Formats: sequence, structure tokens, C-alpha cells
Amino acid sequence: MAYSEKVIEHAENPRNVGTLDKDDPNVGTGLVGAPACGDVMRLQIKVGDGGVIEDARFKTFGCGSAIASSSLATEWLKGKTLDEAAGLKNTTIVDELNLPPVKIHCSVLAEDAVKAAIADYRAKQAAKTGA
Amino acid sequence: MSLKFPIFMDYHSTTPVDPRVLEEMLPYFTQHFGNAASRNHAFGWHAEEAVDVARERIAKLIGASSEKEIVLTSGATESNNLAIKGVADFYRDKGRHIITTVLEHKAVLDTCKRLEKEGFEVTYLQVERDGLVDLAKLEAAFRPDTILVSIMLANNEIGTVQPMAEIGRMCRARGVLLHTDAVQGIGKVPFHVDEMCVDLVSITAHKMYGPKGVGALYVRRSKPRVRLVSQMDGGGHERGMRSGTLNVPGIVGFGKAAQILTEEGAAESARILAQRERLRLAITSKLEETYLNGSLEHRLPGNLNLSFAFVEGEGLMMSIKDVAVSSGSACTSASLEPSYVLRALGVGEELAHSSIRFGLGRFTTDEEVDYVAELVVKKVEKLRELSPLYEMFKDGVDLKSVQWVAH
Repeated sequence: MAYSEKVIEHAENPRNVGTLDKDDPNVGTGLVGAPACGDVMRLQIKVGDGGVIEDARFKTFGCGSAIASSSLATEWLKGKTLDEAAGLKNTTIVDELNLPPVKIHCSVLAEDAVKAAIADYRAKQAAKTGA
Repeated sequence: MSLKFPIFMDYHSTTPVDPRVLEEMLPYFTQHFGNAASRNHAFGWHAEEAVDVARERIAKLIGASSEKEIVLTSGATESNNLAIKGVADFYRDKGRHIITTVLEHKAVLDTCKRLEKEGFEVTYLQVERDGLVDLAKLEAAFRPDTILVSIMLANNEIGTVQPMAEIGRMCRARGVLLHTDAVQGIGKVPFHVDEMCVDLVSITAHKMYGPKGVGALYVRRSKPRVRLVSQMDGGGHERGMRSGTLNVPGIVGFGKAAQILTEEGAAESARILAQRERLRLAITSKLEETYLNGSLEHRLPGNLNLSFAFVEGEGLMMSIKDVAVSSGSACTSASLEPSYVLRALGVGEELAHSSIRFGLGRFTTDEEVDYVAELVVKKVEKLRELSPLYEMFKDGVDLKSVQWVAH
């Protein structure tokens, strides 16, 4: 199977690789997938005033398409509001990266990672307000 | 010598045709194009003579006492089908039990599964952690109605070489026929049909620097004389065991490839083993958490199958895309399941996803070995920096204790 140029470009030069402090109340962390399934994504967002995503970071264990999907997602997230970010659809990633059908699950995993990061951030904020 | 890209390190999948083989084949396309079955003119005689020479060369490579024991086929898949189904059909009144292993190629496993639907019983021997058959388990698997044992000489993924001589003695002592899929091992590790008491052997030309689309099944003619029911009906070629016009140029090439291996195989294996070890040590001395799959000692000289923990195999293949290798990762298979061979060894799914098979062969150079070793080390390090699992491992997190959200 040949990879699209965009997948290769992202996999070779992944954007926003890294780790944010998961204990920071302004950081939301999503960890999805499983090693036994061959892909694990950890995607983190840092949310500033007004609910705008200031920074996004990822680390991914997976094939080139999984790495490219999470790299693209972090790029896309920066500057978005949480509500905008929550609306990210995997099909956006599929279209942008020209993923073949067998790789669609990579984009689904990236969508799940974004949603998990937002949920984690919101849970932290709720806990803070509640306390 | 300068490197040429892409670098081929996938010699288990296929091999290039040796130029000496091609040269010998060429006249048989346009000049000596006769049908080997044409008994009444010079074109046919010439073709038949060439096929007989090839048959003798193939017989010699495996230690067969007569070229009449070589049945030419389209490749090892057909040979495996013919051996197992042919024996099952002929001896079904004697017994309906077959023994094989979980490591076999699909051409053997799926053939056995089909026979199960026809009322045969098949024992699939588990293998040990090192990928070898436990002879005590084989011993225990024999039944009074066992008619055939089919165990591969060497595995295509992990390169493990089975103790064929011991297996052969056990089968012979019980009067059970022994078939081996010797595709990967032939000409690379010692093999002899008489010394190992093997009755049926599948081989193919394209794994030994011959052309694709031609293979052979060795069928023992005496002590014991093996009988088969043919699986292809037609003109009664190959003494009735395999009908179909012979692929004369392919067979000529197969014969030449066999002759080269008979003469040069031992020296070639020594050289390739040295390169394999050079590659293995260069990689494993620089990378932690890297595991060899399968026995180191009982192994094909050109095979190196490594799992790089925390890195996914297809991702690694993509980052070394100038090097042709293979992976046990699910992502490289149509089924999205990781390698059944690695799973059979008890390799965890995560490490099965992280495996890469390097296959070295006749045209592998030391420069290529050094380049690939350096590239792999560099890319694994890069991908580990990208891997949340590696970060967790470095932070002391036990990955097995994490509640993963499987998808």
C-alpha cells in the first residue's frame, strides 16, 4: 500500500510532539488505544483564558498514518475554542491526509483522543469549581 | 562500493533471479521452445532432455536417489497441497489423522483445515518459546491412525530450523510418512532426504534465485514407496501425479539455481550468517528493549526477526522506507491481526506489532548491512521519542497495569 505524500510528510516531520504537565489544571490529557491493538495516542491540550486552546501536544505509538493523524489534529486544535475543538470529525482528517479505508481507524482514534483530552480538561475544571 | 536504493532485505519473500540462471533459461523461450511431452520430434526431445537435466540437479540438491522422485509443480503452495491432499486421499482407508504445527505456512494449515472438513483429524503441535517443536509433544501426538506428519524445515518469519533428522527417525519408526515444506531452508541449512528420513519435500525456485511460478515435490519411490492421488486431472504428466504442460524455461532455471546452491550453498550460508550477526549485534548493542524472536542457534543464516518495544512495526517500516523488510504488525496484513507465528511463540501482541523481519541473501553487501543497522537504530530512537509507551516505560509505569481502552 502506498502512503499519501501528506501522511509521509507528517510522519517524517511530526508537529507538536511532546508532553505537557498532566497535573496542570489547565491541561487536558487524552490517552486512547491499546498496545495490543498496535496503536496508542496521547494528546494533550493547554487551555487559556476564554476557553481557547493555546497549545496542543501528542505522542503516538502506531503506524505512519496514526502518527500523521495525531500530528495533524494538534496543528488543527491550536487557536480553537473548546466547543470548536469538540466538533472535530475524523472525516476531516481522512480527507486532509487521503487515508485509505484500512487506515480510517487511525483518524477515529485521533478524534477520540481530542474528545478525551477535552473531557479530562472539563472534569478538572468542574472539580476545581466544585471544590 | 556505493549503495543502491532501495535496499532489498526481504529475501524470505522472494529472491532475484541469479544472472547465471537467467542466462541458462533464455534459449528455452524462443529457440528450444518445444513441449517436453512431444515425443516424436526434435523440439520435444530437446525440451525433455533439458527438463531431465534440471530434475537431476534438483534431486542432487536434496539428496534424492533418483530424478524420478521429483514432481514438477507451479510452486510450493501447489506442492504442499499435492503432498498433503494426495497422501490423505490415497491412505484414507489406513488412517485419518495428520500431525502438523501451528507455525506452518498457510498453504499447509489451510490444506489441513480443508481435510478436517472432509473427516480427517489434525493435531496442530504447539511450539516452544524459541519456535522449536518439542519432540516429546510430537511423540505424544502419534496415534495408531496417524498417516502423515507435515513439519516445515525452516520458518519463513522467524527462521527457526526444526530438528528434521529426529522428527524423521520418529516417523520412520512408526511407519508414518513425513512431509516437509523446505522452501526457506533448502540450500541454506543441511538437508538430505535419506539422512533425515523425509518422504515428501516441497520446494520452490523463486526462494533460491530461480524464477517464480515453478516448484517441485519430492516423492520417495522406495523404502517406503509413497503413493499419491493426483489433484490435477489432465494429460497424465509427471507420471500421473501432476498433469499440465511443463514450464520448460522455468524448470531449466530451477535446475540451474539448484546446481548453484549445491556447489556454493555452504560457503554462501557462512558469509550470510556473518552478515546477519553483524546486523544483529550492531542493532541490539545500541538499542535497549529489543528482542530476538525465535531461537538464535537453530536459525536460518539470513534471518533476523526483532521486536523493538514501544515502536510499531509498520511505523518503523515507513521511516526506513528505502529498505525493503517485512513486519509482523497487524497493520501490514489484510486481516489486521498480528503475526500468528509470533503469537504461537507466546510473543505478546504488543511485541508482535513491534516486529521487523530482516532477510539477508546472496546479493546483500556489508555496506548495506552497516547502513541498515545505523538507520534502524536512528529511526527507532526517533520513534521512541514519539512514543507515549516509551515515555511511560522511562517514568517507571508498568504498561501491563494500565487500563487500556481497546478499540
